[in-house]
Amino acid sequence: MPPALEVAHLTKRFGGRVAVEDVSFTVAAGEVFGFLGPNGAGKTTTVRMLGTLIAPTSGSAVVAGLPLAHENGVEIRQRIAVMPENPGLYLRLTVTENLEFFAGLYGIREPGRIGAALEAVGLQTRANDLCGDLSKGLRQRVGLARALLNDPVVLFLDEPTSGLDPLATRDVHDLIDGLRERGVTVFLTTHRLAEAELLCDRVAILNTTLRTMGRTDELRDRLFRKRLLVTTRSPLPDAGTVFDGLQGVTGWEADGSTAYEIAVTDTELAAPAVARALVAAGADILSIGEERHSLEDVYLELISEDVEASGR
Amino acid sequence: MSTERIGAVVRKELRDFRRNRFLVGTMSVLPVVFLISPMITLFRIPASAPASLVDRSVGVTSLLLFVVPAVIPPIMAAYSVIGERDQGTLEPFLTTPIRREELVLAKAFAVFIPSVTVAYGIYLAFALAVRFGAVHAVSAAVWHAPQMVAQLVFTPLIATWAIWVGIAMSVRARDVRVAQQLATLASLPALGITTLITFRVITPSVTVAVVLGLALLAVDLAAWRFVSKLFDRERLITGTRAQPS
Repeated sequence: MPPALEVAHLTKRFGGRVAVEDVSFTVAAGEVFGFLGPNGAGKTTTVRMLGTLIAPTSGSAVVAGLPLAHENGVEIRQRIAVMPENPGLYLRLTVTENLEFFAGLYGIREPGRIGAALEAVGLQTRANDLCGDLSKGLRQRVGLARALLNDPVVLFLDEPTSGLDPLATRDVHDLIDGLRERGVTVFLTTHRLAEAELLCDRVAILNTTLRTMGRTDELRDRLFRKRLLVTTRSPLPDAGTVFDGLQGVTGWEADGSTAYEIAVTDTELAAPAVARALVAAGADILSIGEERHSLEDVYLELISEDVEASGR
Repeated sequence: MSTERIGAVVRKELRDFRRNRFLVGTMSVLPVVFLISPMITLFRIPASAPASLVDRSVGVTSLLLFVVPAVIPPIMAAYSVIGERDQGTLEPFLTTPIRREELVLAKAFAVFIPSVTVAYGIYLAFALAVRFGAVHAVSAAVWHAPQMVAQLVFTPLIATWAIWVGIAMSVRARDVRVAQQLATLASLPALGITTLITFRVITPSVTVAVVLGLALLAVDLAAWRFVSKLFDRERLITGTRAQPS
């Protein structure tokens, strides 16, 4: 199956300001792809370029099988859906009237499509409510229903949980999970790293340029050395004789008197060897485990590098 | 061009207008305010009044009737695009397959329908009131065929011109109120021709009305193309113009 998105060297400048520079990535069909970055990193600009709202300064892309070009704008927009951070509903119209409007713009004639979209987001009972009377969470759901109307090949979600309470956020997460099960390609921009870790098959971190991309475990491995964290009841008399030369161990350092950080090449290989060596040395082991890095650690590591570089 | 997309926008706009109290209030009150004072003047004209007074008074009132299609549409049209941007609905709207020519035409239709309906309604009410309430000389001047043809032909054409001016301001201005004020000012020159007719500088006749009407129609069609070209998604979304690669 061809990729849903292929982006090559995409750049966007507004006057002298570079918003996005030389960004390249590919999103497979059916993938949930996270696009992360700080404020002003160029996430929304990228979505707007791929959604044909603004033209790239240079670079190219294929969106839902069509080259990103002015003459393909209508056809690309027919195949995709974009839900901006603000769902942008007509507050004096009802939920159904909002969806009827967008169904008309997409040329959707099947009478059941609006009902199906409402059912997908659990809003059948609010169909005749004015959008102005809905809570922010419910408006976000209407925005999602609208984005599902045209059965998009690629669905761009720009900060879909921004400003939502935890319950509404969980609802949106469930909806995105549902989209994954339906095979919809989702391009998700978010500030919420836990959200990206939870929902996305792969993520890219953008800060004007693309800083890294991959599965979250790959990014952790790429950025951080693997380490085992060991805690014993009492200090080891000679830790060097315990850890040096063990299979898979490349180095170690003490972290306080009874904690040790052991650099390893492969945790599955090294952990049993370390445990056996500790037992053989007569140590009482309180804990032994792999050091865990979250996506947040990866993100902060990369972005703080950029902040330091810009400060130099 | 997709009539389906244009229809969807027109339906949405009309629904939105109906529920916009400010707009309904403006459309109801403004024409009445324009009409009350000159109508009282017409009703006070005695049967013995000289013909010049009757012509002048009817001319002023007719001109004021043309103010309705010149003033109401730009207020609505100037809101049509920048208003969407202000309420955050423009971006989702522009990510749909609608073309810019369809969008501006649909927005224009949506303003045209209520504003011309109101303008014709006011004119009909005025003509009937004069017929039954004013002296014969005044009634005859109002029910003068060329004058009525001019009124019927120019009302939609002036409204259309005012709508294009309003939409042009709406796609370029950064503030709704500025767009509305500029659009109202810029749409007034269209009243020039009708002023010349109502004050008999150009002698009204069916031929004059049709010829000038066709000229105004041509201007309105050209304005559609021009306003479509002004419509720049990138400028509307980001406030900056697209730069060539």
